[in-house]
Amino acid sequence: MKYAYYPGCSAKGSSKDYEMSTQAVCRQLDMVLEEIPGWNCCGSTPAHAVDTELSAALCARNLDIAARQGAQLLLTPCPSCLSNLRAAAQRMEKPTFRQRVNELLDEPAAETFPEVISVMQAIAREKENLVKRVRLSLKGVRLAAYYGCLMSRPAERMRFEDPENPLLMENLLAACGAEMVDFPLKTACCGAAFGIPERAMTARNSGRILELAVRLGVDAIVTACPLCQMNLDLRQTQAGRAFETRFHMPVIYYTQALGLALGFTQRELGLHKLAVSAEGLLNKLDGLRRAPAAEGGQS
Amino acid sequence: MRIGVFVCHCGSNIGGTVDCARVAALARDFPDVAYATDPMYTCAEPGQAAIEEAIHEYRLDGVVVASCSPRMHEPTFRRTVERAGLNRYMFEMANIREHVSWIGKDKEANTNKAAELVRLAVEKLRHNLPLAASQFDVNKRVLVIGGGVAGIQAALDCAEGGIPVVLVEREATIGGKMAKLDKTFPTVDCSACILGPKMVDVAQHPKITLYACAEVEEISGYVGNFTVKIRKRATYVDWSKCTGCGACTEKCPAKKTPDAFNEHTGTTTAINIAFPQAIPKKAVINAQYCRQLTKGKCGVCAKVCPTGAINYAMQEEIVSENVGAIVAATGYDLMDWRVYQEYGGGVYPDVITSLQYERLLSASGPTGGHVLRPSDGKEPQTVVFVQCVGSRDRSIGRPYCSGFCCMYTAKQAILTKDHIPGAQTFVFYMDIRAPGKMYDEFVRRASEEYGTEYIRGRVSQIYPDGQGRLVVKGADTLLGEQVEIKADLVVLAVGIEASKGAVNLAEKLRISYDNHGFFMESHVKLRPVETNTAGVFLAGVCQGAKDIPASVAQGSAAAAKVLTLFARDKLESDPQIAQVDIRRCVACGKCLRCCPFGAIKETEFRGETKAQVIATVCQGCGLCTSTCPQGAIQLQHATDNQILAEVNALCQC
Repeated sequence: MKYAYYPGCSAKGSSKDYEMSTQAVCRQLDMVLEEIPGWNCCGSTPAHAVDTELSAALCARNLDIAARQGAQLLLTPCPSCLSNLRAAAQRMEKPTFRQRVNELLDEPAAETFPEVISVMQAIAREKENLVKRVRLSLKGVRLAAYYGCLMSRPAERMRFEDPENPLLMENLLAACGAEMVDFPLKTACCGAAFGIPERAMTARNSGRILELAVRLGVDAIVTACPLCQMNLDLRQTQAGRAFETRFHMPVIYYTQALGLALGFTQRELGLHKLAVSAEGLLNKLDGLRRAPAAEGGQS
Repeated sequence: MRIGVFVCHCGSNIGGTVDCARVAALARDFPDVAYATDPMYTCAEPGQAAIEEAIHEYRLDGVVVASCSPRMHEPTFRRTVERAGLNRYMFEMANIREHVSWIGKDKEANTNKAAELVRLAVEKLRHNLPLAASQFDVNKRVLVIGGGVAGIQAALDCAEGGIPVVLVEREATIGGKMAKLDKTFPTVDCSACILGPKMVDVAQHPKITLYACAEVEEISGYVGNFTVKIRKRATYVDWSKCTGCGACTEKCPAKKTPDAFNEHTGTTTAINIAFPQAIPKKAVINAQYCRQLTKGKCGVCAKVCPTGAINYAMQEEIVSENVGAIVAATGYDLMDWRVYQEYGGGVYPDVITSLQYERLLSASGPTGGHVLRPSDGKEPQTVVFVQCVGSRDRSIGRPYCSGFCCMYTAKQAILTKDHIPGAQTFVFYMDIRAPGKMYDEFVRRASEEYGTEYIRGRVSQIYPDGQGRLVVKGADTLLGEQVEIKADLVVLAVGIEASKGAVNLAEKLRISYDNHGFFMESHVKLRPVETNTAGVFLAGVCQGAKDIPASVAQGSAAAAKVLTLFARDKLESDPQIAQVDIRRCVACGKCLRCCPFGAIKETEFRGETKAQVIATVCQGCGLCTSTCPQGAIQLQHATDNQILAEVNALCQC
């Protein structure tokens, strides 16, 4: 099936590994992601923090492109893009707001926009397909699903499962055999864009998430957000310093975990790009795969 | 016809935005109006006297008062005209306060509208007929539904007043929620010790018949003459033989039966007596867990019972009782707090409800009165109380305050310190609502003498820290800071909701209930115990959140209403009911099917089938009137002709 696809800026830069693994997994599930032509940045946090109309104009332009392509559904991997695009579509329902936004655009935006959903939600619709194509079960791997604060909230905007306790990622990964722990901080904030202006706060927030993951004895945190991944992975040393410890917790994208189950190589999934190496996790997986053979058991 | 019109100023309530003198002047030109005036306070004693005088002086045979809502003063003025010798139905009221002066500011428009409403009332009155009430006998017995403290109080007061009482309780014991409490605020006296004697009084009172493990199945009839069918569930124990010795509960091997009385903080046996002071103190078998009843082999209780009371073949039974009045006292249940996924949604064993905490505090509870947390049985050192879990939260459709949680949370914080002197206690609150006698002082005691830390703000999340404790994250909105507390035990002050099955019972009783299932009183302020169905009264939390003193007071108030009703040997029926014109009735049966009260029956008249209204059952709702294709069934005092006269008057204005 074909989908209109909005990758977002991170996909082309800081989260290339997310993009690589997303593309790989979707390809394997016969989901064709068609990047909408000439898309622009959604405005991210700075735009809507300064001016909601400007933010909506940036998003409306993208939604307009997708609408003109005849798309019914627009997929994005990034929760922040998802939030902005959905917020813009919602605000544009108000005629006065729509009028002011249209004034900012070269041409008035299309009257109706496609619905924007997360790539994760689209993959979930292909769950049966996914289960069929699992080549290497994740059985024996213990993972914590971390959604970040934006994916499911605000509830009425995102309409993404229970806002406090979403289970979609767990369901997908458990279908691939992974052991999913109940991770109470799954929707807590990692500190987001405050990594730059308020580093201490981000270190505290991310550190709390990492600390709990360590206590729960997971092999990796699995995330769906480029910024969360960056804060937990790239800034892991900073978070460790705030907690007077050294964490060593791999933080991977859920698409990378799914990709492993679907039989892709580390390189194809961009796992070599992590700041905190996932070697331990990968070695464990390798070990687990050999073990049943050694025991003469079934795979 | 000679009609008198009185346009009330109601002080400045009406006079401020309606030119009452002008309305009276306009009214003088309406047909049949012989006299019109505009008194300052018509409902006051001089105002009523003026009406009586005018009736005599101007030989009036009908009166219109333009003032407030008929819900307020129609009965008042009906008595006034009756004193002056008129039939009470030769009176009409025009509501120019709630419908005019309170809602509009334009004096001229208001004056015109008031005049039109008076015109309407005059026209209705011109078509009125004197109506007479008939009389019927009263069965002086009362049914009390629910054996919590409110129902107990109502039952005891009625019985003391000499009225035979039928008390129906759903659970195996009376006592309700109060029986589960350890201590009560603001005196911290033992709940079981003050309630216990009242429960014993119920058991011993010769005028009280108690049905426990029973529910009201069906109610028919009307004030003074209700027939109630009561479903007695099978207890598998013959209570006439059971002495409550407890031998069976000691020997029962099914020891993993959920303990509902202890709010599932522990387990019990399949044959069980809820608690030591239970009334009736009789054993009951939980059929779902009994080995004999589920697997067909065991029979231990039957073997050990010294009186042979066990009867595995027992069936449920329906009994019928006739009563003249009903008191509903069905209480409340805690809402299902598992909707709060951010508090764990019920998966963390050390996040418990306040009612579960009461059982942990209680000497008759599963821990023998020692505060031990459920996960590992250790004594908690830090206890966090979270108020308003499921109260005042529009996001989950519960905008109302549960009323008594602020107080019991303070009590539980105090008791925590009494049980564990070194413990630290925190309370997250939105506002402290402590308006009762000695209540605010009590809350201050919890904070000042017992060192409870009150934090104003909501809790955003509770989660296990992975090391056996719970992290409670919240906001301190007074300091504008985030707070995080490591707790051993978290107690949620879970909001209340109407008792399970309340709506179903309301339908059987034909009383109204609000959006949340609480029963509606007849008037929020002036008729808080009555319902809109004659002979049905309310007591306790089934009507709205209230604490023990208020529930007891309302129980007594309901009893007073029953005794007042029964002070008369005969009751008057309201003549404003449906009546069938048998010449026009074609026996289509539509009225029969649409009547929500079962007040219409078929009858034979000269060999033909006709509809007939049972006068004492009809509530005068008018559904049949608008359903009848022949216009044969007419609601007295609101006939088609009377309504059309009003419409015509309005359209001519």
